[in-house]
Amino acid sequence: MATELRPSRNGPQHPPAKAPPAARRSLRSRLTRLDVKGAPYAFISPFYLIFAIFGAFPLVYTLWVSLHDWGLASGTRKWVGFDNYKYLWSDADFWHATVNTVAIFVLSTVPQLLIALFIANALNRRMRMPTLFRIGMVAPLITSTAAVAIVFTEMFDHDWGMINWALGLVGVDPIAWSTSRGWSWVAIATMVDWRWTGYNALIYLAAMQAIPKDLYEAAAIDGASRIRQFWQITVPMLRPTIIFTTIIATIGGLQLFTEPVLFSVGTPNKMDGGPLHQFQTLTMYMYDNAFGHDRYGYGATVAWALFLMIILFSLINFLFVRRTGGTK
Amino acid sequence: MRAIMRRGLGTAMAVLLAGGLAAACGGDDKKDSDSGPVTLTVDVFGEVGYDQLYKQYEQSHPGVTIKQRKVSDLDTYKPRIQQWMATGSGAGDVVMLEEGILPLYMQQRTKFLNLFDYGGKALQDKFLPWKWQMGISPDGKQLVGLGTDVGPLAMCYRKDLFKKAGLPTERDEVGRLWPTWDAFLQTGQKFQQKVSGPKWLDGPTGLFRATVLQNAGAGPGYSFFDKDDKFVFDTNPAVKQAFDTALKFEQNKLTADTSIFTPPWQTGLKRDTFATVPCPSWMLGGIEQFSGASGKGKWDVATTPGGSGYWGGSWLAVPKQTKHPKQAAALAEFLTSPQGQIGAYKAANTFPSSPQAEQDPAVAGSTSAYFNDAPAGKIFGSLVAAVKPVHLGPKNEDVRAAVENVLISVGQGKVKPDEAWSKAVDAAKKAAR
Repeated sequence: MATELRPSRNGPQHPPAKAPPAARRSLRSRLTRLDVKGAPYAFISPFYLIFAIFGAFPLVYTLWVSLHDWGLASGTRKWVGFDNYKYLWSDADFWHATVNTVAIFVLSTVPQLLIALFIANALNRRMRMPTLFRIGMVAPLITSTAAVAIVFTEMFDHDWGMINWALGLVGVDPIAWSTSRGWSWVAIATMVDWRWTGYNALIYLAAMQAIPKDLYEAAAIDGASRIRQFWQITVPMLRPTIIFTTIIATIGGLQLFTEPVLFSVGTPNKMDGGPLHQFQTLTMYMYDNAFGHDRYGYGATVAWALFLMIILFSLINFLFVRRTGGTK
Repeated sequence: MRAIMRRGLGTAMAVLLAGGLAAACGGDDKKDSDSGPVTLTVDVFGEVGYDQLYKQYEQSHPGVTIKQRKVSDLDTYKPRIQQWMATGSGAGDVVMLEEGILPLYMQQRTKFLNLFDYGGKALQDKFLPWKWQMGISPDGKQLVGLGTDVGPLAMCYRKDLFKKAGLPTERDEVGRLWPTWDAFLQTGQKFQQKVSGPKWLDGPTGLFRATVLQNAGAGPGYSFFDKDDKFVFDTNPAVKQAFDTALKFEQNKLTADTSIFTPPWQTGLKRDTFATVPCPSWMLGGIEQFSGASGKGKWDVATTPGGSGYWGGSWLAVPKQTKHPKQAAALAEFLTSPQGQIGAYKAANTFPSSPQAEQDPAVAGSTSAYFNDAPAGKIFGSLVAAVKPVHLGPKNEDVRAAVENVLISVGQGKVKPDEAWSKAVDAAKKAAR
């Protein structure tokens, strides 16, 4: 039981001689209490303040905008309630973009995380110049996305691209990378993977190094092979990390923007994602509505739909990864 | 310990307060007067050829410094100006408005200065009547923009490729080959029989834009939207006719399926991918820029099929958010004056919208060395007189882009030609929403 050291607020137990009057005293003590109770909040407040300004406020404001027929260039601003959401529900273009986004996300994330896992495992062994290889993994990440996208777009060019040229050498017909819906997804997923695989590999590597060595030693003594060790020690021990990377990849993947925008070199409006919108992602559709077609309100609606979709997908992924991790 | 903590809290609060104050002060820029040294910012897109004019103006107006912010194309420019106008800050003192986005900002004209209040009334006879009229609000009370250039339409062609195909190469004879777009198509088929690599035309988009404006100008005077901005895309014969024309070229595989100014189009210029490009005057600058030295002497200019037409052209306006309204209006007036338009034409081939400038020997007698010394001033000057203006709705650009996508898809074999029109109508309706 702790002893009460603080002066009681009830009744002057230590009557002030010529000291501050009672009112002031109680103000002081209240300030003291505020200090003790409030100061910690003040110290952590910068994050929350910044979050409130740049996170929570835009979220709420976007919701507000999405309930209007709102045009930045035309200056219209009219309350329409949930009309935008009703339209969204039956908007074929929106669902088209959703399919594109999810497809590119799946095509990029699954190989990306698997490859990252294997690379990390390889880097985790004893090797010469480990730092060089590890730093090398993040080189694509520090390259500007625009530069990456431009180079890849050139490589995927139908007539003059390096990839179709290489395919031609082995007798494969040129692939219509930008006009075919499926191939354009593959091309964009390749760009995404080139950039993000190394990043995920480094995260996995860091987590792998935290796995106690004696687990592997014990397994080795029991006669477990390298592969068995990988699947039965490394992967289960990495589960929280895998969940983390999956969620980060989900957030990033569903917001994919720069790569497909720069990939649409042939169409006058870069936000179209090809003339038939074959690789238009949700963020491009959102941007195109809000800023291209002067439908700011509807753009905000798409943004909210995207927000909800990300939450949903993250939850699904979380549950999925936890389940599969649990059975292993 | 407690004292330290209290000081800490105090400091934290002081910092927060100071930050808040600073933020509050940040937005409190004073509207400063028109006297004293000023810096004027001009926002443009593409090549406008104003650099010499700025120097000239700075010399004759001591204390004025001009800064130009240029972006490469209209599509990059659009979201920027939208943001500036919506938030009421960030715009230059003088901004360029292209014919496609002018109707949109006409709706928001309260955000721009009324140039009638800055001596604009006196300028009327310095502009082509229709160019002048388009810069004025529908009620006739506000002068929003002063015209810069117009785009009288011609046809650029590759002399060397024409020779290869056994076609005439002299510009007068070439012009006589194609009085109509049908004749142009037949010439294209003849060309394609002889030449297999390069295509006849750059793509469906330029063709569509040009023919819509041609047909609309010759017909009802409006294209996708009537004069009350009602959507008439699906009922206006001028549009259907232009669409069918472009579609015919797609069906006959006569185009390279590129869109002007996109990277594939630029590459196409360098790699001899197409033999003709519909050519408003400003396109000469574009072809020269993207073909580079290797294209010099290969191109020439002839009249366009289907009679006179125009495509493009801009206005200069002064946003109300400027801190130097008088100075900005004066600069806009200078840049669009006959003298300013002549200067811009010399530097960037933007054809003047001022009759005085058009008659000036520097324009009328000008030739283009890059285009085999074609008498550009004479060719375009003779076209501009016959131009009939077309009313454009606020969503004109959105509709146009959506329909062009359908045309390109036909060329790529993703849309069947007989379904193209209904797809285009659907796309146009969605874009006009």
